Amino acid sequence: MSSLKRLSPIVVVLGLVLAACTSSSPSGSPAGSGGTADLHGASVTVIGSWTDAEQASFLAMVKPWEDSTGAKVKYQGTRAINDILAAGIPTGVLPDLAGIPGLGQLSEYVQAGVLQPLDSALDLPTYKSETSPGLVPLGQINGKTYGVFLKASLKGMIFYIPSLHDYSKDVPKTWTDLMSAAGANQGNAKAIWCLGLSAGAASGWPATDWIENILLRQAGPQVYNDWWAGKVKWTDPAIKAAFTTYMDDVVAHSFGGGTLANATKFDVAGDPLFTTPPGCEIFQQANFLTGQGAFAKKTAGTDYNAFPMPAFNDQFANAVEGGGDIFGMFHATPAAKSLMAYLVTAPAQDIWVKRGGFISANKNATDYSDEFTKNLAATITNAKQFVFDASDRMPTDMNAAFWQHMVSLTSNKETVDEALNALQKVADDAYKAS
Amino acid sequence: MDKVINALIVVVGVPAVLVGYIWATEQLLRVFSERVKPRIRPWLWMAPALAFLGIFLVYPTIGTIIRSLQDKFGKQWVGIDNYAWFAGSDDALAALKNNVLWLVFLTVFVVGFGLLIAVLVDRVRYESFAKSVIFVPLAISMVAAGVIWLYMYNFNAPGSTQTGTLNATIGAAGLGPIPWLQVQDFSVNTFMLIIVMVWMWTGFAMVIISAALKGINPELLEAARTDGATELQVFRGIIFPLLVPTLAVVATTMIITALKAFDVVYTMTGGNFKTSVIAWQMYAEMFKFGHYGRASAIAVVLLIAIIPIMFFNIGRFRAQEAVR
Amino acid sequence: MTTVTAVQDEVESRNQSWFARTHFGLHTALIVLMVIWLIPTLGLLVTSFRPGVDASSSGWWTAIFPPFKFTFENYAHVLGQANIATNFLNSFFISIPATVIPIFVAAFAAYAFSWMEFPGRNILFVVVVGLLVVPLQATLIPILGLFASWGIAGTFLAVWLAHTGYGLPFAIYLLRNFMGSLPREVFESAAIDGASPVTAFFRLALPMSVPAIAALAIFQFLFVWNDLLVSLIYIGLVNPDNLPLPVTIANLVNSTGGGSEFIPAAAFLSMAIPLIVFFGLQRFFVRGIVGGAVKG
Repeated sequence: MSSLKRLSPIVVVLGLVLAACTSSSPSGSPAGSGGTADLHGASVTVIGSWTDAEQASFLAMVKPWEDSTGAKVKYQGTRAINDILAAGIPTGVLPDLAGIPGLGQLSEYVQAGVLQPLDSALDLPTYKSETSPGLVPLGQINGKTYGVFLKASLKGMIFYIPSLHDYSKDVPKTWTDLMSAAGANQGNAKAIWCLGLSAGAASGWPATDWIENILLRQAGPQVYNDWWAGKVKWTDPAIKAAFTTYMDDVVAHSFGGGTLANATKFDVAGDPLFTTPPGCEIFQQANFLTGQGAFAKKTAGTDYNAFPMPAFNDQFANAVEGGGDIFGMFHATPAAKSLMAYLVTAPAQDIWVKRGGFISANKNATDYSDEFTKNLAATITNAKQFVFDASDRMPTDMNAAFWQHMVSLTSNKETVDEALNALQKVADDAYKAS
Repeated sequence: MDKVINALIVVVGVPAVLVGYIWATEQLLRVFSERVKPRIRPWLWMAPALAFLGIFLVYPTIGTIIRSLQDKFGKQWVGIDNYAWFAGSDDALAALKNNVLWLVFLTVFVVGFGLLIAVLVDRVRYESFAKSVIFVPLAISMVAAGVIWLYMYNFNAPGSTQTGTLNATIGAAGLGPIPWLQVQDFSVNTFMLIIVMVWMWTGFAMVIISAALKGINPELLEAARTDGATELQVFRGIIFPLLVPTLAVVATTMIITALKAFDVVYTMTGGNFKTSVIAWQMYAEMFKFGHYGRASAIAVVLLIAIIPIMFFNIGRFRAQEAVR
Repeated sequence: MTTVTAVQDEVESRNQSWFARTHFGLHTALIVLMVIWLIPTLGLLVTSFRPGVDASSSGWWTAIFPPFKFTFENYAHVLGQANIATNFLNSFFISIPATVIPIFVAAFAAYAFSWMEFPGRNILFVVVVGLLVVPLQATLIPILGLFASWGIAGTFLAVWLAHTGYGLPFAIYLLRNFMGSLPREVFESAAIDGASPVTAFFRLALPMSVPAIAALAIFQFLFVWNDLLVSLIYIGLVNPDNLPLPVTIANLVNSTGGGSEFIPAAAFLSMAIPLIVFFGLQRFFVRGIVGGAVKG
């Protein structure tokens, strides 16, 4: 029938295009030199969760590579990256490079056999020496490197307004110091803390950051890491202590209480710091707050400043929680390998660093445009006790349940014990499979 | 440029091909006797549609049913374990309860408003404009509808200025601000979500009912009016009965839409505060928890849930044909 | 007109209240409904012209009083998005075929269901309608697998076929309902005149079903135009160049949640096309198409 005849040329042409996209290109290059090979005509499909301004920054970052190799980068940003990769993994329909949604997914994808090891693509020794020591092992499974961090973030920063009270003159050393100082300096602010958990389907995640940072400083990295790995129960006294601190010291002293916190979107949750009179005095968030809400239009250092969350326990005084955007490779084409090798180098990272709103995992990318971000970056690279965002490392269902219970806990729809018991039930199920 | 050519080929070519196909089948049928022709012809006419439906809807459904009887990884058979989990899951049952609310109220309001507006708008000169006002919400993507209704329902601390339209309105009457999307009592928050969907979908009902309305023979209406019938009598005696089949189509579609409601919940509450619905549970199981077995079981429950509606439709067709 | 009837008319019109005569109730009811429906849309429109900082700190209605702080920067930002022109065109390449194909496929099937007798007709039809309930998410992975094995993942063809499949249950349902309610006499006299079913379909059923086809075209176009997930998965995984407009719009919100202030502007830009389709097809909602056929 003629409909088939009509379709076949289209299918053939498209097949050729697809073949061209994934074919090997003429000359190879020694692994890791990234950018000196001649890859004219080749292209690399990349999917990431960076959109809008972040997408523009990523495209700026790859431009020098495109110029020197002659290959093209076809990037698609989407926030639904988890969903579409979930469809791509079982069917094998995948881009060449992709942002891996989290470390849990990293090991899932490796187990599914779809992620390619990067050992032959990267200049491993350089990569290992240049990257923050805390982050390198996170991308490794069974000794091989499968994921690299293209972007890092620092969590648990306490933001404040210097003009209201300049904490840089006397940074609180312990949590108790912080709470009493905050109480003393409250002035006409309506509450101590600002808090916002709303984020559509991901509502609750800012509160999980709270629990993680408190737990890390109260119980230390060992307990923290055992906890997200399912070895410490949710009902354990250490975990309960963190939850109780959150409820008693944070939610009870938050602007508008738990109800408002759940109704406030996380990206504008810090805005009441700037109102007159201020809604709150201090606000805990990650470094990327600087690009959100009212913060985006203010100057770091002068209009606002931040210090790391103080210690609960001297032993764990300098522990740091961070996060990051991890990238992996599904198809080991020469172009893809070359691009991956290029992306982790300091010059490439510096392009985005210079544009702002970005912390690099590469110690040698230091072209920061302001002191504030530069110091944050140094905190990550110099951290002696570094842990990765716990909820990102949990199995997906555990993570989802964690978010949900933070939401109901914060508006007092359940007690701490009820929430912990429910979470333990989910954990019993979730960790069985892994 | 080749994209344009391809698209043109398709837009012109495919209808041409289909028309040609029908013509060709008619030629083919000449082989058969007059008695046999009408028995084969319907199947030839339905073949393209059945092929598409078979591939894109039936095939995945069979896969879904099979997967609903397997474990999380699709490796082992677990029989009706997933269904047992569903029946015992508090979350799933709460979601089901919400779906009943959706089913009833979404359908009643959308069909009701759609009918009302279609009938009213038929008699005014600014019909096109009025219809577009009601239609626009459907044209707004869910992402944007979510943005504006989140603004409508916004909640600020008691005492500060309310930036949400609803809270500002009741604030003018002296009533305190309410965190609308968090109020679980009497399922207020679910109703708030249903309102969003009613706002979007009434235009859908209105357009279809309006099309059917125009198809009513104007002479029938003229005759009745000259005989002295009031507008209400004309509506009750002529218009409404003739619209019933269309209303049944719209109602059935809305009931199914209510069962599948997902976007509003996803965008505005993420299933929190007991606003979860069946489709959200299915999404959560599939994409968040990676549990295909349970997600598939939920999908099958949905399929079973519409069987009563299907019986109703069969009954209607039989009645309709008896009258024709 | 005789004196008697003249007097009767006088009396009658005086008995009708001013309300009834001016259709006061009708217009009031309609205007109230329109206003209620318009409020959120108006809110969206006003918000699209407000700077993001203002939009989240004060209610949108405050912007319609002085001081007026309106801006085009949201629209400029949206129009400046990478690939927006390409994606906008892609939306047409996707939506138009994905509207045309299902209409034709469904029309043939709907006619068979309405005016051809065959055993199991009602049951089969009800199963087709029942397929309306199949959740889209349940089909994504199996169909992606099929597309992968056919080698068409990433192409427009994939989404044309998919949208046709997804849109058929409703299309067949709607068209069958409409075709089935056409007057039997028309087809009977055509049969007596010796017309084949093909002729009856193209000369009678199809022209008389124009309002239903117009309605169907409006919705199918709209749903395909606004679709995000289907194109992201069937196209986006391997071919970002072919993605349509909703992807650009969804991407206005970045990975940390900022950027939602651009969504209202994007919504209005995107909405323009379906509205044009809506207005364009409105003229097919005309009275008397069916009536006219019966008279002759």
